Amino acid sequence: MSLLSVRDLTVKFAMRDETVTALNGISFDLAKGERLGIVGESGAGKSITGFSLMNLLSRPGYIDNGQILFDGEDVVQMNDKRLRTLRGNRMAMIFQDPMVTLNPVLTIGQQMVETLLAHRKLSREEARQIAIVKLREVYIPSPEERLEQYPHELSGGMRQRIIIAIALLLDPQLIIADEPTTALDVTIQADIMELMLELCQSNQVGLILITHDLGVVSQMTERTLVMYAGRIIEAGRTREIINDPQHPYTQGLINALPQQTVPGQRLKQIPGNMPGLTSIPTGCAFNPRCKYATDLCRSRVPDIVQYGEVAVACHEVQRLNSDEDRQEARA
Amino acid sequence: MFAYLAKRVIQAIAVMFVISLIAFAIQGNLGDPLRELVGQSVSEEVRQQLRDELGLNDSFVTQYLRFAGNALQGDLGTSYFFKEPALDVILKKLPATLELVFGATLIIVGLSVPLGVYTAIKPNSILSRIIMGLSIIGISIPVFLTAILMIFVFSVEYGWLPSYGRGDTVQVWGYWQTNFATADGWLHIILPSIALASIMLPLFVRLIRAEMMEVLQSEYVKYAKAKGINPWRIYFVHALKNTLLPVITVGGVQIGTMVAYTILTETVFQWPGMGFMFLEAVNRVDTPLIVAYLIVVGFIFVVTNTIVDLVYGLVNPTVNIARMGA
Repeated sequence: MSLLSVRDLTVKFAMRDETVTALNGISFDLAKGERLGIVGESGAGKSITGFSLMNLLSRPGYIDNGQILFDGEDVVQMNDKRLRTLRGNRMAMIFQDPMVTLNPVLTIGQQMVETLLAHRKLSREEARQIAIVKLREVYIPSPEERLEQYPHELSGGMRQRIIIAIALLLDPQLIIADEPTTALDVTIQADIMELMLELCQSNQVGLILITHDLGVVSQMTERTLVMYAGRIIEAGRTREIINDPQHPYTQGLINALPQQTVPGQRLKQIPGNMPGLTSIPTGCAFNPRCKYATDLCRSRVPDIVQYGEVAVACHEVQRLNSDEDRQEARA
Repeated sequence: MFAYLAKRVIQAIAVMFVISLIAFAIQGNLGDPLRELVGQSVSEEVRQQLRDELGLNDSFVTQYLRFAGNALQGDLGTSYFFKEPALDVILKKLPATLELVFGATLIIVGLSVPLGVYTAIKPNSILSRIIMGLSIIGISIPVFLTAILMIFVFSVEYGWLPSYGRGDTVQVWGYWQTNFATADGWLHIILPSIALASIMLPLFVRLIRAEMMEVLQSEYVKYAKAKGINPWRIYFVHALKNTLLPVITVGGVQIGTMVAYTILTETVFQWPGMGFMFLEAVNRVDTPLIVAYLIVVGFIFVVTNTIVDLVYGLVNPTVNIARMGA
């Protein structure tokens, strides 16, 4: 049985004059210890998916429909008390910007100990000892001293390590990491990713990695979801998606990577921008930017269907594949 | 730490210098002191002679230096009316005022935090709307009107609380007589304290609410939720501590302002403190007493602000006093 099973998840935002749909019938599964990447542009609904899994959406966002079965129990139906036993305990989250994630007026020790005490019956001293062990696991030097320090005394990379340590405190089954390295220096990014990969593998923790960086996804994850305007448009094993993307959008993303461009040439951008939530076009949301778009694409939303190794939401996927030009264009 | 302290003290001295200069400048513009001293019947030659003796014909700078020199030795002049050193007159009145300010502060601190936090957590509840509505009324109505209304309701109509004076006080130390030792003293301080708090309390409720709502939107509060922390701990440990940092700064300034507001409250309630005394001094053109009052109030302002800055450094870990001011 899978650890996490999301079915038809729909999230809406009640704005002043209208209700917009931010997530439109998302479904996916995650096995125990599996690492899943969610990629897409800003505003595609990646972070909202992450927060929904913990039922942590803040107003005006709300889960309108769907199921999030975690270990067989529906997170959507849980009451606040039950949710608290889930959050930080069985499911932990790593936020985007370590500079603003930790509370500036509490010491690292206080913020670690309170997390342990919220879920386990421990003495403060026992909790402190666990915190020290976890800080060692993320290679924080002299952890005893760090416990007495405030966040502003530590660097961004150090803070993100501490946040990873907090995520691991209660040995969760799943960690949701929402662009964990976006706010960090490039040199530190690789270290943090390596650390997360190592810890997830050695502790058999499931990981949902939300990012816009395809390179990171290919290193870190086994499976990938590509999101566009609140829907999953392509899903499958990471290797297949990176090497043989089916959806024109995914192809565009991969072609836009600097590695795919001859030095001196311009990067191959996808023309146009992703539509805002209030102005999603009818039919396939990607159709205004897609050079293969047909009348069908402009009128009907494509279902996500299995195609070869991956699942794709594209009316024209068959035609694209038989098209010899495509192979050449990608070469 | 020492460097920071020294810096703060030097700043405080500079502010006191400016205050004394302003207070002294006022002195020369409040009419002819000789008229207060000797009346109409003295001849012009005698007046000139007295002016010379009192040093009133010296240059402004000379007069100021003499005044400042005396002030540094604790001599702020002699009250015309009381025929006593002005500082002594004020120090006798000071405890009454400080107790009144203390009473009002108790009300403000005791109520503003729970009310501010509640209205921030439940911004749409009916009770929050009522509190916010009342706070607007509280800010809008002048202190003297609030005071008179309260006297009318609680003293005249119902007769529950006394309307004037300090009632039974108990000698504590020196000039210090306290209201807080007898039941009668407590009854007498209730209405004046509420009146004095009536403007600051709504201000603080609104300030705490606004700060708290902002903090509740922050990433670290969201993160605390994601860690499964109990909501009460999130409100009162994670959020409130961050909320109170700016509130402390404003609060320190307001304590000084409250000392000034006592002029109105003490006058309405015939409270024998230095605010009431100041108004009488103005009526009597008791110039030395007026100047001394300004300087003492300025001094209280400067001292409370300096203390607040130091306390802020202790509460906020990102302000490291030990390393500051170097």
